[in-house]
Amino acid sequence: MSHSAQSTIKLLTVVTEAALEHAIQRDLKALGARGYTISNARGEGSRGARTGSWEASGNIRIEVVGSEETVRRIADHLQQRYYENYAMIIWLGDVEVLRPGKFGA
Amino acid sequence: MDPVILFFLFGLAAGLLKSELRLPTSIYDAVSMLLLLTIGMKGGVELARQPFLSLLPDIFGALILGLVLPLIAYPLLLKLGRFKRVDAASIAAHYGSVSVGTFAVGISWLESRGIPWDAQMALLLVIMEVPAILVGLLLARGLSRETRWSEVGREVFLGKGILLLLGGLLIGWLADPDGLEAIKPLFFDLFKGVLAIFLLEMGLITAGQAGSLKRYGLFLIGFGIAMPLLSSVLGTLLGLALGLTPGGVLLLALLAASASYIAVPAAMRISLPEANPTLSLAASLGVTFPFNVLVGVPLYWQLSEFLKRVLTGS
Repeated sequence: MSHSAQSTIKLLTVVTEAALEHAIQRDLKALGARGYTISNARGEGSRGARTGSWEASGNIRIEVVGSEETVRRIADHLQQRYYENYAMIIWLGDVEVLRPGKFGA
Repeated sequence: MDPVILFFLFGLAAGLLKSELRLPTSIYDAVSMLLLLTIGMKGGVELARQPFLSLLPDIFGALILGLVLPLIAYPLLLKLGRFKRVDAASIAAHYGSVSVGTFAVGISWLESRGIPWDAQMALLLVIMEVPAILVGLLLARGLSRETRWSEVGREVFLGKGILLLLGGLLIGWLADPDGLEAIKPLFFDLFKGVLAIFLLEMGLITAGQAGSLKRYGLFLIGFGIAMPLLSSVLGTLLGLALGLTPGGVLLLALLAASASYIAVPAAMRISLPEANPTLSLAASLGVTFPFNVLVGVPLYWQLSEFLKRVLTGS
């Protein structure tokens, strides 16, 4: 595996409202994510504090590792579909995955 | 004063003082699961003793009440409150639906006074959760193709609240009474203790709404008190018309007066994302829940006694 191939592996992280969990899981599968990790989260932002203490106030943090193409496709879709009406933030980063071949690089 | 109410006030005070106190999420989940199952089972056990067909008028009545309440709330919110159409529709849906926590407080109030209630109340609770959500979506969107009804249905019927209530009802209905004795300590004997913990957390959550209430002002506070008062009259009249026992009439008034804060917010967030969830939660949790729990229960009891005297002329 060459160094340049490794650098195309990206980590997409989404922090958003727990209410969207099922909808986003469906989106991820449809858009070609091979896997994802979801954890509960809490915090504060432009839409106020989300304490996570009960159903309607929880956040989730979704992490997806994949090729740059897949991950950008997912990020574009999520921005278009959810940015306007939901508390959501997305960021991308380069990662080195210590399991060669797992993401087709 | 009932200790469970004191737990609520304690949570409310701790929250308003901005204490660090918080219930671990998994405990809150477990406690609300236990409450839902217990309420379902209490209903199911009693339902097993009576023929289902005799309940049809009650079921029909509860459905109609669930459809009518949001239709009353919507124009008030739109015209007097000057809310946007989606916000008015979403808040109206919250007020047409019901709150299990409020119902549980009503049961606890009746139990501590030894007043019996009708077995079908838990079933009516489940039935009243749903119609207002549909009315709310229709008010906001009309019969729009944008609404993905299958997704809404999934969210509503497979949501934790309805699933656990229905599961409890069925278990109580089908289980043989001797077998239920074995699990009674956890579900029935601990009911009040579980409710106390639940209300402690509800107090903390209610206190968390204070900020939004300050921001959105007096109308929401007025609506959050006036709407349940109006709804409770309709609920009481329906209960009397259906010939429920006094305990049943109180619970139906309480169901009418209560506003949802679990099933409806989740359904609205998915199907009506433009609606501001802060508004409806500030009203239903910040005003109506504490009003019903602290003032409403005894008030609606007086109301039902009064209306009964007026109607029967005795």
